[in-house]
Amino acid sequence: MASAINKGPTRPMTMIQALRSAMDIMLERDSNVVVFGQDVGYFGGVFRCTEGLQAKYGKSRVFDTPISEGGIVGAAVGMGAYGLRPVVEIQFADYFYPASDQIVSEAARLRYRSVGEFTAPLTIRMPCGGGIYGGQTHSQSPEALFTHVSGLRTVMPSNPYDAKGLLIASIENDDPVIFLEPKRLYNGPFDGHHDRPIVPWSKHPLGEVPEGYYTVPLESASVFRKGAALTVLTYGTMVFVSEAAAQETGIDAEIIDLRSIWPLDLDAIVKSVKKTGRCVVVHEATRTSGFGAELIALVQEHCFYHLETPIERVTGWDTPYPHAQEWAYFPGPGRVGAAFKRAMED
Amino acid sequence: MSQTPPLHLHVPEPTGRPGCHTDFSYLHLSPAGTVRRPPVDADHIDMGDLVYALVRVLDDDGQAVGPWAPSISTELLRKGLRTMLKTRIFDARMLIAQRQKKLSFYMQSLGEEAIGTAHGMALSEGDMCFPSYRQQSLLMVRDDVPLVDLICQLLSNQRDPLKGRQLPVLYSVRRAGFFSVSGNLATQFIQAVGWGMASAIKGDNKIASGWIGDGATAESDFHTALTFAHVYQAPVILNVVNNQWAISTFQALAGGERTTFAARGAGCGIASLRVDGNDFLAVYAASQWAIERARNNFGPTLIEWVSYRGGPHSTSDDPSKYRPADDWAQFPLGDPIERLKRHMIGRAIWSEEEHEETRKELEAEVVAAQKEAERYGSLANGHTFSNISMFEDVYKDMPQHLRRQLAQLER
Repeated sequence: MASAINKGPTRPMTMIQALRSAMDIMLERDSNVVVFGQDVGYFGGVFRCTEGLQAKYGKSRVFDTPISEGGIVGAAVGMGAYGLRPVVEIQFADYFYPASDQIVSEAARLRYRSVGEFTAPLTIRMPCGGGIYGGQTHSQSPEALFTHVSGLRTVMPSNPYDAKGLLIASIENDDPVIFLEPKRLYNGPFDGHHDRPIVPWSKHPLGEVPEGYYTVPLESASVFRKGAALTVLTYGTMVFVSEAAAQETGIDAEIIDLRSIWPLDLDAIVKSVKKTGRCVVVHEATRTSGFGAELIALVQEHCFYHLETPIERVTGWDTPYPHAQEWAYFPGPGRVGAAFKRAMED
Repeated sequence: MSQTPPLHLHVPEPTGRPGCHTDFSYLHLSPAGTVRRPPVDADHIDMGDLVYALVRVLDDDGQAVGPWAPSISTELLRKGLRTMLKTRIFDARMLIAQRQKKLSFYMQSLGEEAIGTAHGMALSEGDMCFPSYRQQSLLMVRDDVPLVDLICQLLSNQRDPLKGRQLPVLYSVRRAGFFSVSGNLATQFIQAVGWGMASAIKGDNKIASGWIGDGATAESDFHTALTFAHVYQAPVILNVVNNQWAISTFQALAGGERTTFAARGAGCGIASLRVDGNDFLAVYAASQWAIERARNNFGPTLIEWVSYRGGPHSTSDDPSKYRPADDWAQFPLGDPIERLKRHMIGRAIWSEEEHEETRKELEAEVVAAQKEAERYGSLANGHTFSNISMFEDVYKDMPQHLRRQLAQLER
C-alpha cells in the first residue's frame, strides 16, 4: 500500500496539533464526519486536540457529551448506522471500560452480524500510556483488550507525521478503529530519560508535518531505525526508548514501529527478523497476555528457523500502574538495553 | 441511644408463584378513556401525572372512548388485526418447527403483538426501529418483508440473509427500518438515540424508535439512552415493553415495585406516557403522538407499554417453574387480538367468519413460506451457508490473517 503523499507546504506541529489538523481536514472534506466526546466541544479537549474545531464547524459537527463512555460509543454506533462517520474521544484509555459492551459486542460485530447491512465506521480516540505520573487510571495501555476483538482495528502513532496520516486513514476507514494516542508523546518525543530536559517536536524531523491532506496507510509498519543486529518490534513511546537503548548499548538494532497494532504488517516483521535472526518485543502494557505475546507467537511461527536466540520481551510489570514507582515500572532504556544484550548472547 | 431493629434486605417477589394466583392490583390501571391527551408540544414537566396513569382507548365492551381514540381507517384496522394474527400464527408455527428440531431456537411474542404492529403502522418509510428480539410484529406489518426470508434466517440455511452468522430471531432488515438485533441487551437503546441525533445533525426528517424490555431497563445503556435523548432533544421514541417478566424475574426486581418505567423518563426530563399495550387503538394513538412530537422537533418521548408475556421467554424456558400456569388468562388487560376483534365486530367492520377465514389464509401463507424456506435446507440437515463466508464481513476487506485462516480451513 502506498501513502497518499502530500507535496504541499509543511510546518512544525506537535502531535496534538497534528491530530487536530487531521480532524480539521476530515471535517472539511466529509460532511458526515462528526467529532464529539467529553469536553471536546467549546473547551477544545483536556489535551487541546480539538481546540477551535467547534467554532469553525459548529455545534452540530463538534460537540460536548455527558460523561458516559458507553453513551458516547453507543450513540456513535447509531450514527454510523445512519451513515455518519463519527470520530469520538474517550478522555483517557483508562476510562474506555464502561464502553466495552458497545465496542466489543456492537461496533466490532455490526458489519458481520448484519452481513454489511449496517456498519460502524467509527474512530475512537483514546490518549494512552504512562511516563507522566498518571497513576493507575491515567497511564494504562489497554491495546491487548482490543487486538483480541475480531472486527476492530487498533492503531497507535509515535510521532506527529504518522499521527496525522494515520488518523486521516482511520477516519476514512470503514471499519471501527481504536486510535490510541500516547499522551507522553503529545508535546515531544520521550526516550525514557525522565531526568533530562524535554525536547519539543519542533526539534525533531518527524515534527515537520504537511498542512494538507495525506494518509499513512493502515496495516503498514515503518522501519524507524535500520539495523542488522536484532529486530525490535514496538510502537508508541517505546519506539524512542528502543532508539535510545540502541544508541546506549551500541547494538545495531532495527526498530520496527508497528503503527497498526492489529491487523498488522506481518511482512515487515518477518522480513526484518529473517534478516537479523534476533527479536525483542517492547511495550508499556503489562506482560501476561499482552500484545507482545501475540507478536512473539507470530515471530516464532514465521521465523523459527531463522532465530538464533530466544525472543525477548520488555514490558510493564504485571501490576496496576503505580504512581510513586513510575520509573521502576516504565520500561526505560536501561531495561530495554539489557534485553538487547541478552538477545545478542551466543 | 435508641434501640433500632436489625436491618433486613428487601428482595421483591411476585405475588403469584406456581400454584397461586397473581394479584394484579400492582398494575394501577386507569379506566378506558379517562386519561387526558396533552398537546404534542407539551412540556414534559406538565405531564407528570401521565406516568402513573394508563392511556386506554378500548373499554370492556370493545368501544373506543376518550381523548386518545384515534381516527383510523377501517382499512388500517383490518390490516392491524391481520398483522397481529399473522405474527401469532407465525410464532406458533415456528415454535412447532423448533420442537421438531428444524430450528435450534425461537422466541414468541404471544400477547405483545399489538405493540409492534400498531407502532409500525404509525411510523413512516425511512424511520428506523432499533428492536429487541421480541418485536417481530414490526416486520410482520411490512408487506415488503417476505416470510420466506425470515424463516430462512431462523433455519440458518443456504438462503439465510445473514449467512448463518446469527442465532434465530436476531434478524436484520434495513430496508424495512429494522436494525440488526443483537444478543446483548439494551445496547440498541442508545444506538437509536444516536441514529436520531444523526438525522437531526443532517437536517433530515426521519426519526428513530428504540425498543427495550422491562428487565433490560436495568442495563446501563437504558440510562445513557435517556440522558442523551434528553440532552440533545433527539427525535426518538424510547419504547419500554413492560411484559412483567424478564425470563423468570418479575418486573419488580428490575425496579418496577411501587413505581413505573414511564416515571424513569419523567425523571430524566423526557415526555413520558404509560399505555395499555394490549389496546391496539391506544398503541396506535400514543405512537402517533410521539411520532408527531419527534418529527416536529419537540423532542423525545418515552412510552411504557403495559402488557404481559403470554408465552415462555424462549423455547429454552419453562414458565410453569416460576409463575402460575393460568397467569395470562388472569391478566386484566387481556389479549390484544381478542380486544381489537371485539371492537371491530362491534362496529360491523369484521366478523367471526372473516376472522376464521383470515386465520386459515394466514396459516396457509405461513405453511407455504415454511415449505419454500425448507427447500433451501436448514442447520439440522447441514444445508447452510458455505464455511468460507464465515470469514467475510469481519472487516470491509479481508485482512491477511483472515485470508490465511480461510486457507487453513480449506486445506
